[in-house]
Amino acid sequence: MITVESLTRRYAGFTAVDNVSFTAMPGRVTGFLGPNGAGKSTTMRVMVGLTVPTSGTATINGERFADLPNPGLEVGVLLDASAQHAGRTGREILTIASDTMGLPRTRVDEMIELVSLTPTEAKRRVRNYSLGMRQRLGIATALLGDPQVLILDEPANGLDPAGIRWMRDLLTGFASQGGTVLLSSHLLHEIEVIADDLVVIGNGKIVASGTKEELLAAAGTIVRSTSPRDLAHALEQAGIPSTLAGDGSVRTDADPARVGAVALTAGIALTELRSAEGAGLEDMFLSLTADTQREGVAA
Amino acid sequence: MTATIISPDTIGAAPARRIVRPIPTTRLVKIELRKMFNTRSGFWMLVSIGVLSVMATGAVLIFAPDSEIAYENIAKAIGFPMSVILPMIAILGVTSEWSQRSGLTTFTLVPSRGRVIGAKAFATFVVGVVSMAVAFAVGAVGNLLGSTIMGLDTVWDVSLAAAAQSLLGNLVGMAIGFTLGVVLRNSAAAIVGYFVVSFVLPGILVLLAQVRSWFADLQPWIDWNYTQVELFEGATNTGKAWAMLGSTTMISIVIPLVVGLLFLRRSEVK
Repeated sequence: MITVESLTRRYAGFTAVDNVSFTAMPGRVTGFLGPNGAGKSTTMRVMVGLTVPTSGTATINGERFADLPNPGLEVGVLLDASAQHAGRTGREILTIASDTMGLPRTRVDEMIELVSLTPTEAKRRVRNYSLGMRQRLGIATALLGDPQVLILDEPANGLDPAGIRWMRDLLTGFASQGGTVLLSSHLLHEIEVIADDLVVIGNGKIVASGTKEELLAAAGTIVRSTSPRDLAHALEQAGIPSTLAGDGSVRTDADPARVGAVALTAGIALTELRSAEGAGLEDMFLSLTADTQREGVAA
Repeated sequence: MTATIISPDTIGAAPARRIVRPIPTTRLVKIELRKMFNTRSGFWMLVSIGVLSVMATGAVLIFAPDSEIAYENIAKAIGFPMSVILPMIAILGVTSEWSQRSGLTTFTLVPSRGRVIGAKAFATFVVGVVSMAVAFAVGAVGNLLGSTIMGLDTVWDVSLAAAAQSLLGNLVGMAIGFTLGVVLRNSAAAIVGYFVVSFVLPGILVLLAQVRSWFADLQPWIDWNYTQVELFEGATNTGKAWAMLGSTTMISIVIPLVVGLLFLRRSEVK
C-alpha cells in the first residue's frame, strides 16, 4: 500500500505538488494521470526518496521509503528508463541491482527472459538500446527483488503493441496476486483498460480520485434513437437534463437504467444505450484538467 | 498481501512476506568497486593504468642514459600518468551517478546517500592503493629486467618512506577529484575543475607568492599542489611539512567535502 498525505513540494517561486493526498491499495492498479508538468513525476520521486518534500509524507506499507532496510525487495521502481549509465550492458545493470539487493545471480537471467530481452541484447551496452528495450530493462530492474509494490512512471512509453499487451497482463497479474501498482501514463486508453482506481492531478493539485467506475459513471449516459429530438424532449419532460449532440446522440448525466425507462414510457425505440465510459476517460481527463491544460482545451 | 508471484512466467510460489535484512556496507563497497570498472570508460581507465605503467617503464629504459636507469626515475615516469588517471577514476566514480543518471537506480536501491558516498570513498581508496602497488611492481620488474639486459647494476634508490609518500600524494590527488565530484556532481565540470585546481591555480598562486612577499610564507599552507609535490618528492619529513599538508588537506578536501555532502544528501536526483 502506498499512502501519500498532504504532500507539498515547492521550488523557488512555484509549487510543483500542492497538498496531495491519496492511497494506492493492495490488489489494485492505481492510475496516476495528469497533463505534462502536473506534478506526477515529482510526486513519484518524493515517494522513493529522490526528492525531499517541503511538507507532508509518503509511506509504503506504513514506512517511509528511506527507512526500508532493503527497498529493492519491497518496492519496484521505474521512474525513467533512460536514466542508466549508457556505457554498461543491460545484463551488468541488472547484475549490479541484483547484487545490491543480495539476490542470487540466477535472478538476472530469469528477469532478462521475463522481459523478453534476448541474451545478445542483454550483452549490448544501453547506449545502443531503443526506448522500448530500455523500458523492458527498467521493468526487469523493478521486478528483480520480487516486490509487493510497484511504482512505474510511464512504463508503456516506447513499447511496441505486443509489449503494451504484455505489460498490461503483467500488471493485472501482479495486482491480482495482492500487489500494489501505481502507474502514471499519458496513454489514457491503456490506463482505462488496466486501472482499478484513478488519481487525476492538475497543476500539482488532485482534481479527482476514486475508482474508475465512480469517476467514469459521473460521465453519464450516451443514448441514440431514430428520433433524437423526441428522445431529448421525453427526457426533459421526465426532468432529466440532456444535450443533443451533433452526431444525433443524446448525452445526459442520468444513469442508463433511468434513461431506458423514460424511453420505454415515451414509446421511443432506442438504437443504443450505454454509459459514456467508452470515450469517457479522455473526456473526463480533459474536463477535469481543463484549467491546467496548456492548450486551453474546452471540454 | 501473501503471495508475491509476479507473473505466470516466474517460477513457483514465492514465500509470504520475507524478512528483509539491511544491506551490509561491505556489499556496497564491492558494488561500487564493480561499478567503477564495468563501464567502457572505467574499463579503459583500468587498462590504461597497466599499459601506461609498462610504457613509462619502457620509455625510461630506452631513452634514459645508462646512469639514469634507476628505480626512482622509473617510479617517477610511472607516477606522472598515474597522478592524472587516478583522480579521473575518483571523479567519475561519483559524478557518473548524476551525469549518466544511474543515481536514480542507485539511490532508490540504497536510500542512504551518505552510505553510498562512503562506499564510493572506500572503493576509491582501494583502487588507489592497488593501482600504486601495481605501478611499483611494474616499475620494479622493469628496473630489474632493464638493468640486467643492459648489463648495469640494478639501482634500488626509493626508500619505503618515499614510496609511502608517493602513495599518499596520489591518494591526495584522488581525494581532490572525489571532492570535486561530490561538490559539482557533473563529470565534465569536475574534470575541468580538476585541471583548473591542479594546473591553473598553482601557477597563479606561485605568481602571487612572487609578487607579494606576505603570500610567499602563506602559500605552502593553502596550496594543496605545493604539499602534493612535496609528497611526490618524498620531502614531507618535518613536523612543519606535515602540518602544512594537514592545513592544505583541511582547506581543499575536508571542508569542501563536508559542505558538498550536506548539499548532496538533500539534493534532488533527477
